[in-house]
Amino acid sequence: MTAILDRPAPTHLSPRLTAATAGRVLRQLRHDHRTIAMMLVLPSALLGLLYLLWKDVPTLPGQAGIFDRVGLTMLGIFPFVVMFLVTSIAMLRERTSGTLERLLTTPLARLDLLLGYGAAFGLAAALQAVVTVTVATTLYDLDVTGSTWLVVLIAVADAVLGVALGLLASAFARSEFQAVQFMPVVVLPQFFLCGLLVPREQMAGWLQAVSDVLPLTYAVEALQEVGRSAEATGTMWADVGIVSGVALLALALAAATLRRRTA
Amino acid sequence: MDAVTVTDLVIDRGRRRVLPGLSFTVPAGQVTGLLGPSGSGKTTLMRALVGVQRIRSGTVTVLGEPAGSPGLRSRVGYVTQAPSVYPDLTVRENARHFAALYGAGAREADAAVAGVGLADAAGQLVADLSGGQKGRVSLACALVGSPEVLVLDEPTVGLDPVLRVELWERFHALAAAGTTLIVSSHVMDEAGRCDRLLLLRDGELIADSTPAQLRADGRSEDLEEAFLNVVRAREEVAA
Ligand SMILES: Nc1ncnc2c1ncn2[C@@H]1O[C@H](COP(=O)(O)OP(=O)(O)OP(=O)(O)O)[C@@H](O)[C@H]1O
Ligand SMILES: [Mg+2]
Repeated sequence: MTAILDRPAPTHLSPRLTAATAGRVLRQLRHDHRTIAMMLVLPSALLGLLYLLWKDVPTLPGQAGIFDRVGLTMLGIFPFVVMFLVTSIAMLRERTSGTLERLLTTPLARLDLLLGYGAAFGLAAALQAVVTVTVATTLYDLDVTGSTWLVVLIAVADAVLGVALGLLASAFARSEFQAVQFMPVVVLPQFFLCGLLVPREQMAGWLQAVSDVLPLTYAVEALQEVGRSAEATGTMWADVGIVSGVALLALALAAATLRRRTA
Repeated sequence: MDAVTVTDLVIDRGRRRVLPGLSFTVPAGQVTGLLGPSGSGKTTLMRALVGVQRIRSGTVTVLGEPAGSPGLRSRVGYVTQAPSVYPDLTVRENARHFAALYGAGAREADAAVAGVGLADAAGQLVADLSGGQKGRVSLACALVGSPEVLVLDEPTVGLDPVLRVELWERFHALAAAGTTLIVSSHVMDEAGRCDRLLLLRDGELIADSTPAQLRADGRSEDLEEAFLNVVRAREEVAA
């Protein structure tokens, strides 16, 4: 009967239940060997393609090579895109398979569920970032002036942002077809306007204003800061703060749009 | 003592009124069967009992609290009609996950898996199991929390007769220990195994009875025939 006495108080956030959810998501991932392999290897392979693309393009003296600039930015964009897609599909599966309905009848709070997803995929992203950064700096001679650990940290923040937006987007998708199409809607505008294709100073004023409110802009700026300065700068920390803040906001919104009762 | 009290429950799904106003009670510590043809509203009603169905009006009270309220979530177990477990986890991992959510341990989880006859398959991925086995994993994931009220949506579909009898024995053992079970089915031969019966047809309760009473009202030893007789008698009254 002790099992009944020490039952968890429901609805309140519970680190124990968040951890149980994160553990479950990671266990699901562990059974899917091909997904793990793709998560770990694909960003490095794509980065290698970019490396080869720009390897023989001459750079102006005194300027950073194009690959150093673009490759570094990609280290933040890969985890964002991959985790956005993976989570929006995972959450949709949870919804269509009936497991979500069932979870909502248990003591698990909605935010526990979403934070669990964030923690699990954040951890996966950390592993992915360590592999990609190591490959990029050793095999592709990517030059990073600052600490590569900061690059990993920013990559994880980007991944969690991707997870949070993916969870939020999945609330508006009724089918896998719809969920997949949210990817270009959410990701591409942020990618176009983040300052990688055209420096932000050269954008039309209104585009710059749009770019100002898109979180990926700050992720890219943070990476550029690490690429430039040996020490962590205040701007970089502010950027990381903004990215994490938006991620938490998106998680809270996703929890609010997750209805316990449905028609 | 009543475990469940439903009063004037009205539920719309899409444009359809699925339940036009149900009232009934479910006694504690018994097996109550919810029977009715396909589309009669069994699943809809069960969703309302566990608090995931949006309702138009009326009240659903479980163990003295509004259905779905936070305090109930560790006391009410729900097994959905389609098995709702993770196909990409093993049987054991599924049971342990739901055990963790209910605050139970790995030992309870393994016992629940053994209790549905899947001890030998504990290490197998759910995706690789048969339909009936998946259903049993789903059941184990609800039993693992030792809930006071168990809502089971067609838990015996696709099971062989031997296993079906075993599960019904299990249900009665749970009821004897004080658990309230609400079990839906559309096979009338299972109705005879219930302590009480709720017969649903087009969202209306056409009988709130016991198997013996239904046999008497329907003037037949065969419950299926008795059910049909009761339906016909009602329609004649209505006509
Ligand atoms: N998501 C939904 N949206 C709109 N209508 C629905 C939805 N789900 C069920 N219905 C309708 O509600 C009615 C009752 O469905 P319900 O699933 O409760 O029946 P049931 O008695 O469980 O049937 P079965 O024995 O086939 O499982 C049906 O007419 C069905 O068409
Ligand atoms: Mg049903």
